[in-house]
Amino acid sequence: MNFSELFKLSGLLGRFSPDGRCLASCVQYRLVVRDVNTLQILQLYTCLDQIQYIEWSSDSLFILCAMYKRGIVQVWSLEQPDWHCKIDEGSAGLVASCWSPDGRHILNTTEFHLRITVWSLCTKSVSYIKYPKACQQGIAFTKDGRYMAVAERRDCKDFISIFVCSDWQLLRHFDSETQDLFGIEWAPNGCVLAVWDTCLEYKILLYSLDGRLLSTYRAYEWSLGIKSIAWSPSSQFLAIGSYDEKVRILNHVTWKKITEFEHPATITNTKTIVYKEVEKSPSVETERLSFPPTRALASSLFSTQSKYNIPNAVWIWDIQKLKLFVVLEQLCAIQSFQWDPRQPRLAVCTGNSKVYLWSPAGCVSVQVPMEGDFQIVSLSWHSSGDSMVLLSKDNFCVCYLEREEVK
Amino acid sequence: MGDWKTITVPVLPSDSKNTFQYTSEKKISPPSMNSQVLRLPLPSSKSMHSFFSAFCTEENIEQSISYLNRELTTLGFPSIYAESKGKELNLVSIINCMNELLVLQHKNLRAQEEVEMQHLKLGSDMDHLQNCYAKLKEQLELSKREIVGLQERDRQLQSKNRNLHQLLKNEKDEVQKLQNIISSRATQYNHDMKRKEREYNKLKERLHQLVMNKKDKKIAMEVLNYVGRADGKRGAWRTDKTEARNEEEMYKVLLSDYEQRQKQLLVENAELKKVLQQMKKDIISLLPPQKQKPKERSEDGPVLSDLEEDIGELNKENMWELSCETVREQLTNSIRKQWRMLKNHVEKLDNQVSRVHSGALNEKDVISREDHELETEKLELEIQQCKEMIKTQQQLLQDCYLLEERERLQEEWRLFREQKKNFEKERRSFTEAAIRLGLERKAFEEDRGAWLKQQFLSMSTDYKHSENVTTPSAFLGSSDQDNRLPKSTSQQRKPHCMLSGPVSAEPCQTSQYITHNSSSAASKKPTGDSKSNQWVESDKEETE
Repeated sequence: MNFSELFKLSGLLGRFSPDGRCLASCVQYRLVVRDVNTLQILQLYTCLDQIQYIEWSSDSLFILCAMYKRGIVQVWSLEQPDWHCKIDEGSAGLVASCWSPDGRHILNTTEFHLRITVWSLCTKSVSYIKYPKACQQGIAFTKDGRYMAVAERRDCKDFISIFVCSDWQLLRHFDSETQDLFGIEWAPNGCVLAVWDTCLEYKILLYSLDGRLLSTYRAYEWSLGIKSIAWSPSSQFLAIGSYDEKVRILNHVTWKKITEFEHPATITNTKTIVYKEVEKSPSVETERLSFPPTRALASSLFSTQSKYNIPNAVWIWDIQKLKLFVVLEQLCAIQSFQWDPRQPRLAVCTGNSKVYLWSPAGCVSVQVPMEGDFQIVSLSWHSSGDSMVLLSKDNFCVCYLEREEVK
Repeated sequence: MGDWKTITVPVLPSDSKNTFQYTSEKKISPPSMNSQVLRLPLPSSKSMHSFFSAFCTEENIEQSISYLNRELTTLGFPSIYAESKGKELNLVSIINCMNELLVLQHKNLRAQEEVEMQHLKLGSDMDHLQNCYAKLKEQLELSKREIVGLQERDRQLQSKNRNLHQLLKNEKDEVQKLQNIISSRATQYNHDMKRKEREYNKLKERLHQLVMNKKDKKIAMEVLNYVGRADGKRGAWRTDKTEARNEEEMYKVLLSDYEQRQKQLLVENAELKKVLQQMKKDIISLLPPQKQKPKERSEDGPVLSDLEEDIGELNKENMWELSCETVREQLTNSIRKQWRMLKNHVEKLDNQVSRVHSGALNEKDVISREDHELETEKLELEIQQCKEMIKTQQQLLQDCYLLEERERLQEEWRLFREQKKNFEKERRSFTEAAIRLGLERKAFEEDRGAWLKQQFLSMSTDYKHSENVTTPSAFLGSSDQDNRLPKSTSQQRKPHCMLSGPVSAEPCQTSQYITHNSSSAASKKPTGDSKSNQWVESDKEETE
């Protein structure tokens, strides 16, 4: 493993481009685009204010920089450095901004979630989506970029609108049977939309692409409900993590629970491997789930981290065998973890200057050879799985991994 | 006579002292003769005789006799006087009386003894009973105390139980109350939330209106130039057609997804059915043959026929591709039935094995260990033999193949050698022909040179001749050549060209072709230039 030198960073904004050739990072109001392999600066753009959010367009030709305080979004082109575009929301304010899947439209959410404005970079047309829902995941695009689902709320009721991304036509508009919608997410096959309710109620609804309710799942009443969900890459399974420290897996044929996984403080099964760093200490946080990409031969694993009471452990479950595979116990609270996009390899960071890698072959922890403090708070894999960027509050570095033989 | 005490007549003289003392202790009775008589002085050791003499002395014989008589008569004895009055004593009656008194005395003694015995017995019984009574009383006391204790405990436990029940009820009530509170609070919160949300919505609307109305010139997008679409196409207006197309697209996506899923399910289904079929066959093969046991046949008769039916029906290749309800049910039912039979069979075997282990003899059913081992050995031998047979057969087959191969190869070698010979021959002839050709060419060139000189000298007069000559000069020459040497050249050229083609052509065929060509060439010569041109071309090819 090789590490690059440290570069300045602000706001944890370090992103690889989708085509994997460039790395964009922000330092205050400057946007720096570097080449991935040499880390030489390819372009340098200056924005009008401190950048709060950046996003690459899907074809890696444009980057948008959002400055929420000023309500401005600036778009830069990599092909033509002279090209510029500025979207000013003015008094409407700006709380969120994102690209559409075709990379030519920008969706801005104005302050107080008054509306979502769809600005087009190709034409002079502007579209508005009224009454968007103010929740964590209110906009969801299908993986192939054809459809967009938006959660709306009118008259104290939740609705879902499905738009066709090519011409922003409203395809379907239906009401959702949730009390207070918390999030929506498409299945990777683009045919099923998962909608889940606020954490006060455990309810997840599954809608088909054309708006029909396929199924509802409620595990229990009264106690705190769903924290987060994750689809398996083949769309066959849906994993739901909840506040009772359990993960429940539904299958896509009957939408019924096939199993549930517990996260006890002590593990009694002797077959699970526990990689322990040092003793653990409890605290309270959110839970995150993620599935690795499936490969033809590998058994699919997915990792969960129940930070609710055990924030220092990553639990890796084997889906083929439906049982706990590995538990990684770390010294400090885990800040973030992410699966390698190509192989079943997990990278974990815990806020110190070490990066931890786990693969079915074993577990390794690598100290980043930097002088001074480099506390890794977040990490992100390159799309080829050969490198990853490690972000701390003020700096970032890129870690290059040796290419292993793909089995 | 009330104060008289009983005087025990001493049996032994040694007791006289006691009796004496006893008698002396007698109370003084009212003054009467009797008492006088009986108040006696106390000698220390007096014999019976002296005692006896105490009552009657010389002086009071008459009185004593009358006293005695009186006593006897009151006791029912006849009088001791000879007559009712008089002083003569009836000796017989006296003796009788004495005897009677003695007998009475004995009886009394015996009775006394008995009474004493009984008294003792009763005394001991009484003691015993008293002991028992005391013990029982103790026990009773203990039991009573125990009972009291247990009752106390029971009371305590009951009160505890009641308390716990009460607590439970309280808890349940509290839980119910809390749940009610929660639900009421939830509804209250929802209500409040809705109210606040409505207010918020109103504010948002107002704000929205303000924002929209303000016509904020600032809300705009400045862009240097508009970018082309990602897919390169031009943007289109949204029309009904596009809407319909979008709907279609969406349904297509959904349908393809469903189709894919259905395909997967079908594949899975087919595989599972195959597995079931296989299992069925295996189960049937594992089950013991039913025909050997006639008594069981009646039970399994319908099952057997069912089996046969099932086997017949469901083993047909196309049957299991049907997926209608009845076929499926039949399949699963038959498998269940057979599985049950197999289970029973295995259980029977297990029982048999356990019986064998415990030493039971049931030789009909039990397969003894040795027999079993013999069987397995036999089977293993058979397997071994079969394997060897298979191996030898495989080898034989291989040898056959090898033989065949070798024969073929030999055949091909032969042909190859023949061809080689023929080619050698031809090559030799070709080389000869080539040499000849070379010589002829030289001669021809010389001829041509001479001829050209001739022509040049006589150019004006023979213009046409020269034309014919100059343009396809080679061509005429070659035709002349050909005319001169039809066979040899044709033989040379055609095979030469043919050799550049595939080598495996048979020699006989080529010779045929050559003769054919030469004949054709010969026949076509007179026709014209075109054919000759062909010759020229081939010739040219050769030379180049």
